[in-house]
Amino acid sequence: MAHDDLSGKDITAVSSADVSHETAAPGTAVVPSETFENPGFPAHRPRVTDTDPKAEKKAERQVYTFFYLSIVGSIFAIASYMAFPIEDGDTGALRLHTMMLGIGIVLALFGLGLGAVHWSKSLMANHEGIDQRHAVRGSEETRARAVEIFKEANEESGFGRRTLVRNTLLGALVAFPLPAVVLFRGWGPQDENPVELLEHTMWEKGARLTLDPSGLPIKASDVTLGSAFHVIPEGLNESEHRLEEKAKASVLLMRLDPAKLKESPERAGWSYDGIVAYSKICTHVGCPVALYEQQTHHLLCPCHQSTFDVTEECKVIFGPAKRALPQLPIAVDGEGYLIAQSDFHEPVGPSFWERSSS
Amino acid sequence: MARKGSTANRRHPMATVALIAIGLLFTGGGYALFSSTATAETSTASQTTIDEGKKLFAANCASCHGLDLQGTGEGPSLLGVGAASVDFQVGTGRMPMAMQGPQAMEKAPQFTAEDTEALAAYVASLSPGPAVPDDSLLDAEGDATNGAELFRINCAMCHNVAGAGGALTEGKFAPALTGVAAVHIYEAMVTGPQNMPVFNDKNLSPEDKRDVITYLKYLEKNPSPGGYELGSLGPVAEGLFVWIFGLGAIVALTVWLTAKSN
Repeated sequence: MAHDDLSGKDITAVSSADVSHETAAPGTAVVPSETFENPGFPAHRPRVTDTDPKAEKKAERQVYTFFYLSIVGSIFAIASYMAFPIEDGDTGALRLHTMMLGIGIVLALFGLGLGAVHWSKSLMANHEGIDQRHAVRGSEETRARAVEIFKEANEESGFGRRTLVRNTLLGALVAFPLPAVVLFRGWGPQDENPVELLEHTMWEKGARLTLDPSGLPIKASDVTLGSAFHVIPEGLNESEHRLEEKAKASVLLMRLDPAKLKESPERAGWSYDGIVAYSKICTHVGCPVALYEQQTHHLLCPCHQSTFDVTEECKVIFGPAKRALPQLPIAVDGEGYLIAQSDFHEPVGPSFWERSSS
Repeated sequence: MARKGSTANRRHPMATVALIAIGLLFTGGGYALFSSTATAETSTASQTTIDEGKKLFAANCASCHGLDLQGTGEGPSLLGVGAASVDFQVGTGRMPMAMQGPQAMEKAPQFTAEDTEALAAYVASLSPGPAVPDDSLLDAEGDATNGAELFRINCAMCHNVAGAGGALTEGKFAPALTGVAAVHIYEAMVTGPQNMPVFNDKNLSPEDKRDVITYLKYLEKNPSPGGYELGSLGPVAEGLFVWIFGLGAIVALTVWLTAKSN
């Protein structure tokens, strides 16, 4: 049996007797003796379209109907592109436009696909055939010739002989990707220690707490019991790297009944009359934590359900986060506005390699 | 803001009237600062309305909130919650509660608008608090863009960016905001019902609140440009749809492709 299945003429109907394991194709490796008998093909079964000319006609009609449908779909898509324009500011028009265009294109592609598959399944020739698998290993002859070709090429090019040419070529190939390293490094912070950047935020001694997004300062008396204020540091909106700074410095400000706050001695004075400020950046993977429940004082992260207890210095009470949310020490200035006493005392957000505190 | 009322004389009828007058003056003055169109927000509740409210309160609310609004083990004190809180809780059917649970559920209101108003007037008469907002703040004709930004910063983490609601801890949830009356949205922001934080006028000014309502009403009026929203619930609902219908269709087509024609 010929092994070249590219010519097409070798694909022939064979009877099941021809494919027993004695005539196993080369490349099918070891044939264990206890192997079961190859059952061969099931008996050939003609389709309805092979026996009934009416069914054949019907299948033909179905196939070209699918192709007609496809044409209709294409024309429909063109027509609806013109008939349902996107009108500025009207989301309904946009929705209609996309939907009609989509229906047309789906009809066009599905019609083509269904027609093609139905054609091949019901009308194209119905007989079973076998393509023998190629041997994976080449013949000794081919292998010897391949080695010969390599040797010849080496001699003709002088790759082994002209060592300087070869080595400079290898050097050039090694040097070629280096600019990419420099380019990618250029995306990172310049002239600054990235660890330093991750460990510090815009908060500093005396920086006023301001409203997100307006940047208006907040008076302690504005923060009534049960309130939650979304806070950015003063001057953030004018900052050169506004979003980068916001991603680190976002703070949630809440006022609780002071009797409910359990504060450790080393954090005494970090809150003001029940007003506490905590970093909004989750210590797990850095989502903004801001689902504050004013009765239970739970602070929930929407990404992985880490839950922090605001009454207990935002310690983790549920979920994958490992560290409490960093607290921003706050005070009140002479005019009654809330100010930061300092930056956070630990890096905000998720862990990173060089993080100093664990 | 100085809103602490003297509770010592609360049973003296003249004192309550004086307190209402002071409360109205304060809140009305506050609104006038922010909005030139704002007028004194509520019509002066008459003494008969307050008396009516007192009876309703004693019969329906006092068993949990106490006859003097002082609160009991079953329910919080209502001193200082204001008319807005009563209008929200009773007007949306959350109060009276059907049963204790993770949170009070919204249901068909148990009281008529008139009775709700009487209850609100009574509660507000005992100690001043946020009043029912003026209609000019509820017209949903503010700045939807500003409202959307404020909504994303202050509300979307719990209520979902499309206002579809979301889960909180231990069985609580932030309800969907579609179909909620503008007045109730406003009152919820100003009073912080249940576990929702309070967004007072210094946090979100009355104009800001109007913008937030405008955004929510814009979402209601305009269909989603992306087609069917699947509840706007995001990756869970969308993923489930793709897994069931998308993969289902692929499996069905594969079976058809490989089956022998009959």
